[in-house]
Amino acid sequence: MSAPTYEQAVTAFEPVFGLETHVELGTRSKMFCGCSTEFGAEPNTHTCPVCLGLPGALPVANATAIEYTIRIGLALNCSIASWCRFARKNYFYPDMPKNFQISQYDEPLCSDGYLDVEVDGQSYRVGIERVHLEEDTGKNTHVGGATGRIHGADYSLVDFNRAGIPLVEIVTKPVPGAGPLAPAVARAYVSELRDILRALGVSDVKMEQGSLRCDVNTSLNPAGSSEWGTRTETKNVNSLRSVERAMRSEIIRQAEILSGGGRIKQETRHFQETTGTTRSGRSKEEATDYRYFPEPDLVPIAPAADWVAEIRAGLPELPAARRARLQAELALSSDELQQLANAGLVERFADTVAAGAPAGEARNWWLGYLAQQANSRELDSAADLAISPAQVARIIELIAAGTLSAALGRQVVDGVLETGQDADQVISERNLGLVSDTSALTEAARQAIADNPDVAEKVRGGKLPAVGVLVGSVMKATRGQADAATVRAILLTELGVAE
Amino acid sequence: MTELHQLSAADTAAAIAQGEASAVEVAHAHLDRIDRTDPAVGAFLHVDTEGALAAAAEIDRRRADGQPLGPLAGVPLAMKDVVVTHGVPTTSGSKILQGWIPPYDATITTRIKQAGLVMLGKTNMDEFAMGSSTENSAYQLTRNPWDLGRVPGGSSGGSSAAVAAFQAPLSIGTDTGGSIRQPAAVTGIVGHKPTYGAVSRYGLIAFSSSLDQAGPFGRTVLDTALLHQVMAGHDPCDATSIPQPGPDVVSAARQGARADLTGVRIGIVSQLTGASGGYQDGVLARFADAVALLRELGAEIVEVSCPHFDYALAAYYLIAPSECSSNLARFDAVRYGLRAGDDGQRSLEEVMSLTREQGFGAEVKRRIMIGTYALSSGYYDAYYGQAQKVRTLIAEDFRQAFTQTDVLISPTSPFVAFGIGERTADPMAMYVNDLCTLPASLAGTPAISVPCGLSDTEGPALPVGLQVMAPAMADDRCYRVGAAFEAAFTSRHGAVLDQIPDLGELAMAAAATKEGQR
Repeated sequence: MSAPTYEQAVTAFEPVFGLETHVELGTRSKMFCGCSTEFGAEPNTHTCPVCLGLPGALPVANATAIEYTIRIGLALNCSIASWCRFARKNYFYPDMPKNFQISQYDEPLCSDGYLDVEVDGQSYRVGIERVHLEEDTGKNTHVGGATGRIHGADYSLVDFNRAGIPLVEIVTKPVPGAGPLAPAVARAYVSELRDILRALGVSDVKMEQGSLRCDVNTSLNPAGSSEWGTRTETKNVNSLRSVERAMRSEIIRQAEILSGGGRIKQETRHFQETTGTTRSGRSKEEATDYRYFPEPDLVPIAPAADWVAEIRAGLPELPAARRARLQAELALSSDELQQLANAGLVERFADTVAAGAPAGEARNWWLGYLAQQANSRELDSAADLAISPAQVARIIELIAAGTLSAALGRQVVDGVLETGQDADQVISERNLGLVSDTSALTEAARQAIADNPDVAEKVRGGKLPAVGVLVGSVMKATRGQADAATVRAILLTELGVAE
Repeated sequence: MTELHQLSAADTAAAIAQGEASAVEVAHAHLDRIDRTDPAVGAFLHVDTEGALAAAAEIDRRRADGQPLGPLAGVPLAMKDVVVTHGVPTTSGSKILQGWIPPYDATITTRIKQAGLVMLGKTNMDEFAMGSSTENSAYQLTRNPWDLGRVPGGSSGGSSAAVAAFQAPLSIGTDTGGSIRQPAAVTGIVGHKPTYGAVSRYGLIAFSSSLDQAGPFGRTVLDTALLHQVMAGHDPCDATSIPQPGPDVVSAARQGARADLTGVRIGIVSQLTGASGGYQDGVLARFADAVALLRELGAEIVEVSCPHFDYALAAYYLIAPSECSSNLARFDAVRYGLRAGDDGQRSLEEVMSLTREQGFGAEVKRRIMIGTYALSSGYYDAYYGQAQKVRTLIAEDFRQAFTQTDVLISPTSPFVAFGIGERTADPMAMYVNDLCTLPASLAGTPAISVPCGLSDTEGPALPVGLQVMAPAMADDRCYRVGAAFEAAFTSRHGAVLDQIPDLGELAMAAAATKEGQR
């Protein structure tokens, strides 16, 4: 039989999903040593005896990472443990220096919370099972071989720069009841979570750099049945779009098997960006026994109640509250807000307004030119562009002041995105400001008149609209960096014609 | 005249400070002694002649410049090979680390360097500190200087033998279940296991993280205290290090030397008196003498019961192997140490597996397997979980006992030094060596072993140790009572170590026996 369509799949079956999200925290130093967490350094330069797992080295927990985790837990409405421990998760893998990962097992720092997300005007509550703190592994590069995986590779390289970077794992409870919208709810959850993490200032949440990674658990049960099916876990889901695509594809795949009378194998699957489908990884049925036990090299974490209260009091306004306030304050219609929210741009928009830009302009830029740029770069959202709201506000300000035209404004945006410089640097280095030196413009106007004697004659003869040709010529000569109205006035003066 | 290598650490430091001997002369004297005696004893895995002489020369230079010197400046020291030493080979007695040159120093290595001690080299040990005889070393046997046919105890047997053989006045060992105290007892020297957390573990190659503790060996209680003072103190690199300063153990040792224990309440632990057999008669006789002597010094002797001590051995042999199965996982041929069978054809897993098969000895493999099993899903509660509960109960027994006593005493080991090869076939026969030392290890409390005479019930006269246990962070009580006992014993019988046979004669006798066997 052929694969069902998505609609057929979700008519016959009820999807239940769960998400495990790993977030690299934005602390300056690693989880258990003083090494830098900076991304993109030469391989194995941010390492020391501790994060290399040298004999004798010992971990010491990063207090900031613990604070960040508590912040996340509080923002997700979790209970914060008054006493909990790290645990060792034992398994052999060459990217793991100690061949065990320091994680948390049955005593997570935060547990039992929730996050409400909205899809198509309907609210869904995603239960949070736990938020715990652990260390990231190193990164393997398998060289040679067709798949880029360890099997068949000629040799493998290990970079331990990432080893020991603090990692928070956020695990949802199973989420039933979203029906056909399950993939959209999952995406909305990750998107909202990302906004929260960004607002909390605990991570740069860059999915493309791997600082936010998702595992998507999916199972199906026959429509109307309350008994849940066997789940699969899809790894390597590295964008918001992929969360949705991976789950849709897994729903279709499972529906096909179940409709044919087959059974789902509990396993890990890998999402493939190119095909939009999942393929089988290692089977969970032959899963490793991780032999968890409390980490004896670390003392228990016992956050004092008043410290937790202090952290709670210091939480910033969270995105949902912020959206509600902004909608009221900026007099946005709920459609306009929804449009920004769907594009993941509420925060960017609000920050741009806060930086002094008029709401309408800010909205137009983010939903217009910036969204196009994100799209052409295959980013999930314009929020992922390397341009800050302050820069956008500055460009809007320069246009309003007449220093830039809209077209030049777009060129400045391009420059900021290409170079990472700020708007003013781009303008000065690329010489993009409007030419306001009247002597230069007068010079160019005289040249245009000399080059187009016929047109000049027509204008002198009273055919005022013909001046447009001369304006065009001046604009061309100044590479668009002149204000058209100023140029027109200078031309008319030079031609001795009054308006 | 007393030769330089025969001086105590305190006297050596004084001689250097007063210009009677240079640190270089002292280092040479000990290096010569090692040259002459170590072929017979086998205490050292690596002698760092160059490093030792350079460190000694630096002390002499500082003294010449008039810079202040610490109380142990210029005193030679032997370091157990489990302690990481920058630029000096460190193997933990295992083939899997053969040739590894550490790029960093353990915190205690840094501290002894800063204190001006002169590290002579690295001493032999049971592989990864697993054993009670040093026979589990992957490299060599270490022989007991009292009888070269016998073991020097373990796992810190190289460190105990070096001090007993006058190769170094001081050494450092580590104690997980008795690995300082038992070797000290069977070689007739002093060894102290500090309160867990009193001495940094940063740079100790981990065996069992919740039990491992480094500590000092010396020939006198005062020397041992002087080294303890250098080693101890909070270390931000070890999360389990105690942030408060420890007691002044040197003053305690000096106070104890007055041999007055009036008002001190000493408890005999009834579970550690061999009531149900298994302790050698000579050991029990010397322990009884020790009790009598302590009473003479004014101590009040009471008997206390610590019922859960009977489960210490069982709990220990679940907890230590469990932790070691995880701690030793890092030896995987990827980043350092041995790599076996990497022929470009074998997979990573095969190379890891071959390396571990070739690199680890039988006892290490046994404990990794026991530990792996004990931590397995479904068995955790029955084994590791249960053992941790026993541990809590043992700590509670100590707490109760210390409500009516200041210190507890027992023999350090049920046995005197046994013959090489005598117990290697039966792991349990080896494990019971630690019967008396395990409770303090599990409770994280301090304990010292001081010599309390000789036993000749097993053949030649061999030393017996008295163990003095104190509450956590009251290490000073161990030193005070130990020093009092030592002073009283020495004034009556002379120092135990004075009776050690001449090594030259022993070596010749051993050679003759070998010749005869041919």
